[in-house]
Amino acid sequence: MSTESKKLPMAGDQQDPECCSTKDITVEYTDPVNANWVTGSLETKAGLIYRVATTLDRQDLLGSVKARWGIGRMNYTVTPGLYAIGDPDLLSPVLVSANYKLSFDYLRRELGGLNLWILVLDTKGINVWCAAGKGSFGTAELIRMINQSRLEKLVSHRTLILPQLAAPGVSAHRVRKEIGYKVVYGPVRAADIPSFLNEGNKADQAMRHPSFNLIDRLTLTTVELTALFKPIAILTIFLFLLNLASMSFKSESASLVSLLEHTFSDLAPFIIAALIGTILVPALLPYIPGRALAWKGWVLGVIWVFVYTTVFAVPSGWLQTTAYFLTLPIIPAFLGMNYTGSTTYTSLSGVVKEMNYALPLIIVSAGLGLTALIGAYFI
Amino acid sequence: MKFSYLKNVVTLRLDQSKCNGCGRCTEVCPQQVFAIKNKVSYIIDRDACLECSACAKNCPQEAIYVRQGVGCAYAVLMDKLNIKGKCCGDACGCSLDNIPDS
Repeated sequence: MSTESKKLPMAGDQQDPECCSTKDITVEYTDPVNANWVTGSLETKAGLIYRVATTLDRQDLLGSVKARWGIGRMNYTVTPGLYAIGDPDLLSPVLVSANYKLSFDYLRRELGGLNLWILVLDTKGINVWCAAGKGSFGTAELIRMINQSRLEKLVSHRTLILPQLAAPGVSAHRVRKEIGYKVVYGPVRAADIPSFLNEGNKADQAMRHPSFNLIDRLTLTTVELTALFKPIAILTIFLFLLNLASMSFKSESASLVSLLEHTFSDLAPFIIAALIGTILVPALLPYIPGRALAWKGWVLGVIWVFVYTTVFAVPSGWLQTTAYFLTLPIIPAFLGMNYTGSTTYTSLSGVVKEMNYALPLIIVSAGLGLTALIGAYFI
Repeated sequence: MKFSYLKNVVTLRLDQSKCNGCGRCTEVCPQQVFAIKNKVSYIIDRDACLECSACAKNCPQEAIYVRQGVGCAYAVLMDKLNIKGKCCGDACGCSLDNIPDS
C-alpha cells in the first residue's frame, strides 16, 4: 500500500440508518494504486479504473491466513469502487461484490481470462452474506455506488450480477424502479461464475445452495480458537488458586512445580472439552443426533466425561466425578450454541428458542458444577 | 446434504392470493423453501427457512412476510447482555435489531 495514499471521499458517507451494526463504523479507505493486486489501469469515460489481478500472490495468502486467525480481520478491506478484470468494454458484465478483502480475493481468483467490471460496495469490510443480513450490502448502498461510480458511462447495458447471498439485503424490483438497473442474482460460489456467464446468466439449483461440507464447517475454527485463549487463561489462574488453597487447607507442603503440575493436569479436561466444542462439534455436526446445536455439543461433552472418568480413571471421588459431569459438557454445549452463527442453516427464531432452553440449564449446571468442583478440593 | 434445524419455529408467511407466480422467491432462497406449481408459489420446506428475508425483500407482490434475522447465538447473547458494540465491531458484523421478547 502507498505511504502517501490519499483518502477517498467514500468513507462513511450516507449510511443506512436502519443498520445498527455498521452505523458507528467508519472505515478509512486509501487509493489502491499501489496495492499488490492492482496490475494496471484503464482510462475510461467514468475516470481511471484499476485492473485487478486474477491470481493471488504471497501477500494475499498471508493476509488470508492472518484474517482467519483474527488478526486485523475487521480492517481487511478493499476500497469501494469500480474495478476491471481483463479488458472489459461497453457490453461486459458487471459483477457486484462486498469489500471484505477475503470475499474480493475469492471472487477475482475465479475470473482469470474473463473481461468484466466489478463494482465493490462499501460493506465496511463485512462479507456478502452478513452484510446483506444487516443491510450494509443493501438497496441503498447499491444505488449510491452505481451513481457515484458513474457506471452508466462505462456500460451500455443495464444489468448487474449480484451474488445470490446478497438477496437478503437487496430488493431487485426496487433497484429497477429507482434507477432502471436490472438485478440478476448469480451463483452462491464465485467458482461458478464462469459457467453462470457461459449459460447466459443462468444458475442451476446446485449453484443456489450454499454448501456446508466438512471444510466449510471448519472454515471459522481458527477464529473460534483464538476466542478461547482468554477464558482458558482465566480458568488456569482459577485452578492454580484452587490448588494453592487446597494444599494450604490440607496443610500439605508443595513446591511450585507440583502446584503447576496439578494445575495443568486439572486444566487438561477443560481444554479438551473446549477443543471438542470448537473442532469436533462442527466436524461431526451432521452425525450427532438431535437438532439444537447446544444439545449436540452437550452430547459430545458427556461422551468426553465418560472417556475421561473411565478410560483415564482420573477423578478421585464421587464429588469430583459429579463436578466433571456438570462442568465439562456445558463447554461444548455453549460453544455449539455459539456455532449457530457460523452455520448456513440456522434461523433467528430457532436460535432464540434454543437459547431459551439451553442457557438457563447451562447456568444452573455451571453453578452446581463449580460448587462441587471447589468442594472436591477440600475434602 | 441438507441440514435441518429446529422444527416449527420460523416466522415465514406466504400470501398466495397476492402471488403472481414470478418465481423470484425460488431463485433467491438459498434453502429451496419455495416451489412454483400452477403459477403459484408454495412453501414446500418451511423448516429449512433461515429467515434471511431474501424472498420477502425480492417479492414484487409483497406476498411474503418473514421477520428478518441472523441465526447467531453470540449476537443474541451480546444483545441480551446489552453489549452492542461488542458484536458489531468484533466477530461478524451481525448484531440484531429485533430480537423477540421471549
